[in-house]
Amino acid sequence: MEYVIILISAIFVNNIVLSQFLGICPFLGVSNRVNTALGMTGAVTFVMALSTLVTYLLQYYVLVPLHMEFMQTVVFILVIAALVQMIEIIIKKISPSLYQALGIYLPLITTNCCVLGVAILVVTKEFTFGGTAHFLNLGESVVYAVASALGFGLALTIFAGIREQLELSDVPKAFRGVPIALVTAGILSLAFIGFSGLVK
Amino acid sequence: MDRFNNKLGIVRRGMINNNPTFMLILGMCPTLGTTTSAINGLCMGLATMFVLILSNTIISAVAKFIPDKVRIPCYIVIIASLVSVLQLLMQVYVPALYKTLGIYIPLIVVNCIILGRAEAYAKSHSVGDSALDGLGVGLGFTLALTVLGMVRELLGNLSFFGLKLAHADGMLAFVLAPGAFLVLAYLIVIFRKLTAKIINK
Repeated sequence: MEYVIILISAIFVNNIVLSQFLGICPFLGVSNRVNTALGMTGAVTFVMALSTLVTYLLQYYVLVPLHMEFMQTVVFILVIAALVQMIEIIIKKISPSLYQALGIYLPLITTNCCVLGVAILVVTKEFTFGGTAHFLNLGESVVYAVASALGFGLALTIFAGIREQLELSDVPKAFRGVPIALVTAGILSLAFIGFSGLVK
Repeated sequence: MDRFNNKLGIVRRGMINNNPTFMLILGMCPTLGTTTSAINGLCMGLATMFVLILSNTIISAVAKFIPDKVRIPCYIVIIASLVSVLQLLMQVYVPALYKTLGIYIPLIVVNCIILGRAEAYAKSHSVGDSALDGLGVGLGFTLALTVLGMVRELLGNLSFFGLKLAHADGMLAFVLAPGAFLVLAYLIVIFRKLTAKIINK
C-alpha cells in the first residue's frame, strides 16, 4: 500500500518537474516530439533507479561508517557519471537498436539534475508517506526514484504533445521559442496543482 | 584606459549578451525553484557566483595540463569540490539559509552555466579574464534571480524583500510553481526587448 502512495505522490502530487523544479533543462530542450520524449523517459528511468540504488548503498555502508558525509556531492556525481558511461557501453554491446534510439540522450543524463537531485533527496530528506516522517529504506528509495522518473516522463510527454500543436498556431513574435514554452509549462503546472489534495 | 574598458567589456558581455537566464536559458532549476522571495533569489545567485568565479579561475589555470579526452570529468570533480566547500561554509555560517535553499545548493554541481562557461570560456582564456567572465555571468544570474524573486514576492505575498506592503493576501499562485514559469516567460520577453539595442550595436 505504501508503495502505491509513493507512486501517486511522486508522479502526480509532487511532480518532479512541475512542482519541484528538477530536470527543467531536458524538459524545455528535448520535448519537441512525443517520440523523443518517450525515449528520454526510458533512459532516465533506468539511470535513476540504478544510480539511486548505488548511491543509497554507498551513503549508508561507506560514507556514514567512515564519517565522510561531506564527500556526498563529489561521490554521487562521480557514481552517476560512471554509471551513465557503463550503461552506454553495455547497451551498445547488447542491443544496438536500443542504443540507436537512446544514443544521444544517454550522455546528457549525467547533467540532468533530477538524477543527482533524487539521489541526494532520498538520503537527506524525511518523507511522510503513510503517516509518520521517516527516512526512506532501500526499497522505498528505489520505488521513489522510479516514480519520480515516471513523473518526469509524464510531464515531458504531455508537454511534447502540446508543443507539437503549438507549432501550428500563430504566436506573437516576441513570445516565440522559449517564452511561450514557459507559459505553457506554467499552465500545465497550474493543472497539476489540482492533484495536491490527493495524498497528505 | 583602453585596457580598463576592455576588462569592463568582459564583465558586461557576461552579464548581458551571455546572461544565463534570459539569453542562454541555462540553469533553469535553481532559477525557478529558489525564487519564492527576493532574498532567496539573491542568495542563490551569490552562492552560484562564488562557485562560478572560483571554478572559472581554477579551470583556466589548469586547463593546459588536462588531456582533452578526460577534461569534462576533471571539470566536474573541480566544480563538485568547490560546491562541497560552499556547502560546509554555509552549514557553519548561515545554517537557516542553507536549509531554505536545500537541495539546490548541492545541485550547483550540475548547473549547466558553470560547466558551460568552463567549456566555452575558461579553458581558452587567461586566468584574469576567466575570473572576470565568471563575475559577469554570476552577476547576470544573480540579477535575474533577484528580479524574478522580487516580482513573485510582490505579486504573491504583497511584500518587498520581506517587508510587508499591505495587510492583504497576494495571489498565492505566483509563489507556487505556476507563477515561476509565467513570471520568467514575461521577464525573458521584456529583457530581450530592452537589451536588443545594446546587443545589436
